[in-house]
Amino acid sequence: MRLDYKIIEQWIKPKSRVLDLGCGDGTLLNQLALTKQVRSYGLEISEAGIQACIEKAVNVIEQNIDEGLHNFDDKSFDTVIMSQTLQTMYYPDKVLAEMLRVGRECIVTFPNFGHWRARMQLLFKGRMPVSDLLPYEWYNTPNIHFCTFADFEALCRRMEVTVLDRVVVANSRWGLDVHRLNPNWFGETGIYRVSR
Amino acid sequence: MSRFSQANSVGLVTPQVYRFDQPLTLASGRDLPAYDLMVETYGELNATASNAVLICHALSGHHHAAGWHSADDAKPGWWDAYIGPGKAIDTQKFFVVALNNIGGCHGSTGPTSINPETGKIWGGDFPTLRVRDWVATQARLADRLGIAQWAAVVGGSLGGMQAMRWTLEYPDRVRHCVAVASALKLSAQNIAFNETARQAILGDPDFVAGHYAEQGRLPVKGLSVARMIGHITYLSDDGMGQKFGRELRSGSFDQGIDEPVEFQIESYLRYQGKSFSKVFDANTYILMTHALDYFDLAREYNHDPAQAFRRALCNFLVVSFTTDWRFAPARSREIVNALMRADKNVTYAEVESPYGHDAFLVGNQPRYENLFASYMQGIAV
Repeated sequence: MRLDYKIIEQWIKPKSRVLDLGCGDGTLLNQLALTKQVRSYGLEISEAGIQACIEKAVNVIEQNIDEGLHNFDDKSFDTVIMSQTLQTMYYPDKVLAEMLRVGRECIVTFPNFGHWRARMQLLFKGRMPVSDLLPYEWYNTPNIHFCTFADFEALCRRMEVTVLDRVVVANSRWGLDVHRLNPNWFGETGIYRVSR
Repeated sequence: MSRFSQANSVGLVTPQVYRFDQPLTLASGRDLPAYDLMVETYGELNATASNAVLICHALSGHHHAAGWHSADDAKPGWWDAYIGPGKAIDTQKFFVVALNNIGGCHGSTGPTSINPETGKIWGGDFPTLRVRDWVATQARLADRLGIAQWAAVVGGSLGGMQAMRWTLEYPDRVRHCVAVASALKLSAQNIAFNETARQAILGDPDFVAGHYAEQGRLPVKGLSVARMIGHITYLSDDGMGQKFGRELRSGSFDQGIDEPVEFQIESYLRYQGKSFSKVFDANTYILMTHALDYFDLAREYNHDPAQAFRRALCNFLVVSFTTDWRFAPARSREIVNALMRADKNVTYAEVESPYGHDAFLVGNQPRYENLFASYMQGIAV
């Protein structure tokens, strides 16, 4: 299982009501249904993702999150999850505000654009970073709003959002947990649990 | 190999009449003393009767949903693209029941039947029906067939309304509800189209207040125009443009030529109207469009569809089509939003299609087929 999914799972209360924004092929919701007996809906716009969800019997709703969550009531979900999708949104700040309106708690995961390898590519090659995690060129990437951990936390402060938990995931190839010492340089994926 | 013995066809089928002698009190308060239902079934009912699927038809539909009645048939049943061995509603897995609703004109009791009280054709005196009346007769049919609970109740458009009504009237008798290109209620625009169609029929001198059959007359002109109006709303602007454009069937716009011009779309619509008026009953058309107009799923639930759906116990699949402006995707989203508020299991797909409202009937749409098939495969029997 993806490491970020494992961490998200720990934060989900059994039998809670969960909304997953950009649920992809439904892997996470399927997992949460099995291990936490959650009642859930996933929002998705990709045909392949929706088809895969139907095959897993995951409740999937074709809906463009960029157009808001107006069809959901305030605090109608225990947790609203957005995994590796925030950076693809037209208005990440508005989406975050909508998530916090609809959910009592929110979990957001995103790739850290401040990772040292990304910084090196831009500094020395003068080219936009391309990596295993972010394999796209600048002109065809769906990731249109990159941020670093520092950027996201600055947004949280501006929006008066409380960070309840933060886990930074990194590839510790030297057996060192350097990402714990300096996450914004060495963390690859940030997993935030937030509320307002 | 003939077309009706193809591996993915249910093949030759024979409809059967079921007679119901127990009177039915209709939503209007009137009693229907007895009635016939014309029924077709495909596939085999399993030992526990857990694999039955009910197909609810739309405005002009009937019991002949799949297969062929004879080798001479020009076309198979109206949903043959989606019912058959290996198709979305797989008859190797499911026992599929399709019927002609009462009020119809394809063998079930309706305006063309004899009123036992007068010994004359019902005609315009046939009672007004609502969607729940059809659901009530379908439930009695289920009893007769030994089906305590449907694996799924499936329908498009007006059929979707019946499927949704089932989940409220008999919540413990439905495990899955599939509502395609449907709505919680019609919009004012929809009612307006229906009323215009009805006025075309009512204004035909051959209609004679619905008693044309007794007098050996037929409101062909009125029913044709009604169908033409309806047909326009079932297609999309783009789809019509692609199919017909401004192509001429006859005549010319060349300078110096003064001959009548006929566009392809004119001739097509007239043909559709005319052929429909020969096989469909004008009173049924009026009755069906009224049932559509009157339907409002949440009327007796404080006009709150979420409150209505809280009664339901089944899972839902809701599908809409991008170019459907008669039952637009927004109408399906209203269904989905209410279901989510009611905390029901629901899946919703908005399928890109050029076919407008008719898309729910049209085959060879891979995305629609795949998601429909996958959903049906996931139903435990």
